Amino acid sequence: MHIPDGLLSPGIWVGTWAASAAAVGLAARRAQRELDESRVPLLGVMGAFVFAAQMVNFPLGFGSSGHLVGSVLLAVTLGPAPAIVVMTAILLVQALVFQDGGVLALGANVFNMAVAGLLAGYLPWALAGGARLRSIALVVGGFVSVMVSGGLAVAELALSGVAIPPLLAWSAAGLFALNGLLEGLLTLAVVRALAVVQPGAVRTAATAGRTMVALGGAALVLATGLVAIASEAPDVFDSLAERTGIADRARALILTPLAEYRLAWAPDSWWGQAAAGLSGLIVMYAVGVALARIFAKRRSA
Amino acid sequence: MHHLVVDEWSRRPGWLQQRDPRAKLVVLLTYLVCVSTMRELTPPALVALTVPLAAGLVLGKLPVSGVAARAMLVLPFAGPVALAAWLGGQPAQGLSLLVRAFLSAAAVLVVAGATPMPLLLRGLEGLGAPSFLVLVVQFLHRYLFVLSEQAQHMRLAALSRGAGHGRARRRRALWRAAGGALAVLFARSHARAAAIHRAMLARGYRSAIPSLAHMKMGVPDWWLAAAGVILIAGLRTVLALGS
Amino acid sequence: MESLIRVRNLRFRYEDGTSALDGVNFDLYPGETVALLGPNGSGKTTFMLHLNGLLRGEGEVMVCGLPVDKANLEEIRRRVGLLFQDPDEQLFMPTVLEDVAFGPLCQGWNPADAQARALRALSQVGMEGAAGKAPYHLSAGEKRRVALAAVLATEPEVLLLDEPTTYLDPPGQSELLRLLEGLPQAKILVTHDTWFAEAIATRAAFFQRGRIVAEGSVAELRHRFGWAARLLPRACGRD
Repeated sequence: MHIPDGLLSPGIWVGTWAASAAAVGLAARRAQRELDESRVPLLGVMGAFVFAAQMVNFPLGFGSSGHLVGSVLLAVTLGPAPAIVVMTAILLVQALVFQDGGVLALGANVFNMAVAGLLAGYLPWALAGGARLRSIALVVGGFVSVMVSGGLAVAELALSGVAIPPLLAWSAAGLFALNGLLEGLLTLAVVRALAVVQPGAVRTAATAGRTMVALGGAALVLATGLVAIASEAPDVFDSLAERTGIADRARALILTPLAEYRLAWAPDSWWGQAAAGLSGLIVMYAVGVALARIFAKRRSA
Repeated sequence: MHHLVVDEWSRRPGWLQQRDPRAKLVVLLTYLVCVSTMRELTPPALVALTVPLAAGLVLGKLPVSGVAARAMLVLPFAGPVALAAWLGGQPAQGLSLLVRAFLSAAAVLVVAGATPMPLLLRGLEGLGAPSFLVLVVQFLHRYLFVLSEQAQHMRLAALSRGAGHGRARRRRALWRAAGGALAVLFARSHARAAAIHRAMLARGYRSAIPSLAHMKMGVPDWWLAAAGVILIAGLRTVLALGS
Repeated sequence: MESLIRVRNLRFRYEDGTSALDGVNFDLYPGETVALLGPNGSGKTTFMLHLNGLLRGEGEVMVCGLPVDKANLEEIRRRVGLLFQDPDEQLFMPTVLEDVAFGPLCQGWNPADAQARALRALSQVGMEGAAGKAPYHLSAGEKRRVALAAVLATEPEVLLLDEPTTYLDPPGQSELLRLLEGLPQAKILVTHDTWFAEAIATRAAFFQRGRIVAEGSVAELRHRFGWAARLLPRACGRD
């Protein structure tokens, strides 16, 4: 899931770098407000813990194995803003020390795993009420975080012009689903065990603001939207669109400017593509935030 | 171990190791951008792009085979993607994807191999990364190996007690054990963080973590930055014009 | 002679209500090395954490003439150096030099002076060559020495040592002993290593259930409380 350098087009890596830089900058400032600098060792050690935890491999069958990603676990124990900072730190170390993921691609990897995936995975927890719902929320959240990160990664590659035949896309989806299930179950197992070993480690969702719900929802919408756009064989979406009828026009509206990926005033230059990439992301994100805000308002009303 | 090897490289007495990390990062970014924007890689372009890498290897007294071997770590990810492109009828695209990934990884290795992590982090901070984030990375890196060793010991202990040889019934117990083990590691990490905080307080920490270094760009650093950026960008322009 | 540390009737309870310290009276005079002995959980380390304000209980604690309260914490922590049991928790900066300079920097010295003090402290423990190294490259004994340098860098008057021989092999223990003997500061030493305590301490105090129940030389307390590892009959005759 860590995209190396050289695969993404300039439009994508500039757009995601800008989005990540903004998101992480905001998260860092918020985290610094919530916990002062004396908590930095805790965040660092928690990052090291996730790293160490990722060394434990779980066999998934079919000869592949997976490990804990940890974004949901971090989000429910540290809070989403500090968790974003910690996951970004992990990805930085992975890129610079272990060559796991590229440096230019860091923008995309951070956006996929530390921001969008994390927020989308935190959303169920933020919405969950009672104790039983919380357990389900952890499993669903873990699953969603992996699917969102993976889906975004594949979409970014496809939008960069990398040929992704349906077989590869579906096997990737299958692997993500398996890893997602592992993530959800492991996160639940650890949180359950923490209740015994260190009660109070997990923050209650009551402290999660409406902003987090909005952001989490936005991440979900963004991921789904990008995957839909990028997918070359959207049978499901096509049949849905045919049935509803309106979706056709909406799809055309969204798809056309993005599919051609240029802006009128800067046709072929790579920075024109970058600007187009960024504006596309911003549009989708704004749509997502608006939708999620409406949803959150309706829920609390 | 991978990181220990790269760490050892960063303490060799090369010219590159002495340079300001900001200069090295700027040149690295220029190179990565150039490589990333190459649509297709003709053999002469490929040769031209390895020249900056070779310069880096020489100036940093870095082992060619070591760097090349470690740059191949990208293959497990880039490989299937390239294969997919080949099967999709675009072998040239697939090959250039692979080569671009390899060259980029090698460039990052050259810089990581010529800059110890603490300095690299200060370079990032100097280039605008949020200091809160950089501090977290600093502590993460410091305790990375301590905690990894702890996790290894726990894994060995579990293995010696028969974990990993289970039937379906035992697998549930394995899950619970895994969750429990991770929770214990979590709790120990928390306790360690609390102890670190106490140690900081005991030595007079109040609200800010102080730093020793004040980095200054010297003449050789400016030379590196200027020459690196200009030459690589120039190379890229030439390649663009030629295609 | 004025005592460097003066504790009267110190009481401390944990959050769950269990009593950790139950009225401790203690004095530390210049030049002394006092060993704190006693079973696990008897309050030795808890007591020590009160001497630089990391824990705050009821009763009177005076350090170098200053009462331990919020206003004096900065000065007290400069004058009292605490060597933790686990050097990995004490050496938390990326390089040895940055770690040893942490104390002086927090005190307010500018980077150049802080670095000079750090190098001086490192040469006191014979580790000036390790200045640029990362802590995970050091052996247990080297880490212990660097941690000691980090504590010495603020030029304290009192040293608190929590199980300093942990993780050290016998040569390491001898090396630490030699180093500590050469330091002029008054020292308080929590240890289970009665050999080490006897070699370095001028007197000792025995903790039991949160109180000091006896004081004397290490040898006296050892015999009085049977405070030694039991040897097999075959090996008897050495004690």
